[in-house]
Amino acid sequence: MIRAAGLEKRYGFKRVLSGLDFELPRGGFLVVTGPNGSGKTTLLRLCAGLAIPSAGTLEVEPDRSRIGYLGHEPLVYRELTALENLDLYGRLYRVPERRERIGMLLERFGLWEARRERASALSRGQLQRLALCRALLHRPELLILDEPFSGLDADGAELLDRELAGMRERRTLLVSTHDPERIAPLQTGALALA
Amino acid sequence: MLAKKDLRLELRARDTLPAMLLFVLSVLAVFHFALPSGSSRLAAFGLLWVAIIFTALLGLGRAFVAEREQGLLDALVLAPVDRSTIWLAKGIATLAFLVVAELVALPAFALFFTPVSWATIAGVLLADLGICAVGVLLSAMAAAGRARELLLPLLFLPLALPIVIGGVGASVAQSSGKYLAFLALYDAIFALLAWASFEYVVTE
Repeated sequence: MIRAAGLEKRYGFKRVLSGLDFELPRGGFLVVTGPNGSGKTTLLRLCAGLAIPSAGTLEVEPDRSRIGYLGHEPLVYRELTALENLDLYGRLYRVPERRERIGMLLERFGLWEARRERASALSRGQLQRLALCRALLHRPELLILDEPFSGLDADGAELLDRELAGMRERRTLLVSTHDPERIAPLQTGALALA
Repeated sequence: MLAKKDLRLELRARDTLPAMLLFVLSVLAVFHFALPSGSSRLAAFGLLWVAIIFTALLGLGRAFVAEREQGLLDALVLAPVDRSTIWLAKGIATLAFLVVAELVALPAFALFFTPVSWATIAGVLLADLGICAVGVLLSAMAAAGRARELLLPLLFLPLALPIVIGGVGASVAQSSGKYLAFLALYDAIFALLAWASFEYVVTE
């Protein structure tokens, strides 16, 4: 659950978000849209706990151990293999039955064959799939996805469509996108930033 | 686990330790030829500590390179671990690199200048702890800024002055105990401060 009231974020003198009010109930799917520079990424970073509001209130449940975050960067170490990256995050999040969970996600996202490749050797689309595996690894209750379709090819995008549809029932989702039509059937609410 | 990851990254990328080794050996060689023959032990040990501090600075400057370039600090900050654990892990990894560099540097110093005593070795080890405790915190602060290459030395060198004083004292004084105790006190105080403040450095 996320509840924001009068949310404001400034970087120096630049006001990125101003007077934002919204609520995302548990199990909801909120799509955030807006042009470049409208503050979509800032909003998602605030909700993930990666930034602190300048004014207003922001309540986020659950705590960060149950949040999955996909940002613009894949947040994986380039010199580690796909398997090593997921193992590192699995240990950090104390994922039960870690190896089985990692194997299942790599299979599901079509990365099993590339599991021993260093992340630096993966294509942009494979990196995005690996980043999705990382975000989903600890079975988060709240999933925050910033432009999740970015870098994915047609197959990858269809796979993500299916994943999002599957998650829709079990998780709370906050997703920013430039292509709201794609996930319109899943959404329970929309937030357009100017 | 995080420290092990940093050591593994270094084993693969090899972009910090070789630079530190080459730097410390080069600096000692330059000092060997720059220092007039018959110079005092005092001057030689002063130069050893200068070499150690600047070698450490080289390693500290690269401590958060992967996190900075790939935005990975976000991932570590999001993880449900005490954020000071990141400081501890980076400190352990940097300490390992520094100790390896010194394993080469101290025999080279003995070869070029004068033998090192056990008090010097103890001083170096205690200084390493302080350097890593303070340096990793400052390195994280500098990594968030734009002029990071400039910022880190500007922040680190003034705070490293007590380490140089304690280290040189432990190396040359007749009774090195009080200097070693001074270094241990510095380590304890700055480790505590860095541990407590690291969370605020990495959150925004």
